[in-house]
Amino acid sequence: MSSTDWPLWEVFVRSRRGLSHTHAGSLHAPDAEMALRNARDLYTRRSEGVSIWVVPSTEITASSPDEKDPFFEPAADKPYRHPTFYDIPEGVRHL
Amino acid sequence: MNRPHTGTASAPVSPTVSAGAALALGDDALVLSHRLGEWAGHAPVLEEEVALANIALDLLGQARFLLQLVGDEDELAYLREERAFRNVQLVEQPNGDFAHTIARQLYFSTYQELLYGQLSAGDGPFAPLAAKAVKEVAYHRDHAEHWTLRLGDGTEESHRRMQTALNALWRCTGELFEPVEGVDVDMAALRDGWLTLVTKTVQQATLTLPTGPQAGAWTAGAGRQGLHTESFGRMLAEMQHLHRSHPGASW
Repeated sequence: MSSTDWPLWEVFVRSRRGLSHTHAGSLHAPDAEMALRNARDLYTRRSEGVSIWVVPSTEITASSPDEKDPFFEPAADKPYRHPTFYDIPEGVRHL
Repeated sequence: MNRPHTGTASAPVSPTVSAGAALALGDDALVLSHRLGEWAGHAPVLEEEVALANIALDLLGQARFLLQLVGDEDELAYLREERAFRNVQLVEQPNGDFAHTIARQLYFSTYQELLYGQLSAGDGPFAPLAAKAVKEVAYHRDHAEHWTLRLGDGTEESHRRMQTALNALWRCTGELFEPVEGVDVDMAALRDGWLTLVTKTVQQATLTLPTGPQAGAWTAGAGRQGLHTESFGRMLAEMQHLHRSHPGASW
């Protein structure tokens, strides 16, 4: 069994009352169909009404830890970027 | 021996439940569950091991429900002799290679899904169990079908092994469709649906079902009468060993 025959898949699960799919883990499977079935056994215990996504790990592009600073620098020294100074008028909803 | 040994502490049999029927269905599930349990730690890949264990646990749950209808589940599982078991011979067949296990699963889970489908539609004593179990069994069949397709339409070697397995277990399939007293389903009528489903999968997997007069293959086996194949005794010896060594212990 080579790793190309049974590549790695990432599993995302949305629980029955969950709002979004959450990364649950990874597994090896020969194709997407089998990955789904394995994910069901491994990560959902077959609860009804959950949604599963499986993605080949090679399809995921991750941000690089080396570039963390320029990538994620929150520009905290530029307060005008953070809209915290505004009074919210009465009557505005859903903010 | 016509009556199974159920020990002295057995609960009285519910008047609506046929003990023979509950034992037949329960023993099918119990024995196949044990066979699948033997794969633990030996399956081709980790994920498949989990799948087989999952199926085994589903079946064990079914067995517990059914045996409890008849008496004490532990006594029934661990203290009956081989001749008192009512399972079909198909489920007691050794695991063999992975293809043999998959062929056994394909034959049996397709049958079980059809049977439980019928039972859940009725209002008999097995309807509540069947309604729950039919969903589990549908997954078992799906699993077996996918592996049949993969092995049959895989490499030359896997194709050969899958075909060998289908051929070897074919003779055990006839017994599935013999009437079971107390099971209010026309078993013989299940055969057509079963044959259609299995044939479709097998053909799609570039394999063939054994041909020839069905009746020949079909009458082999009398597990429902308590007559079992050689390896079944060894399986029971292993399964029952601890319980028999420490009778009366609680676990």
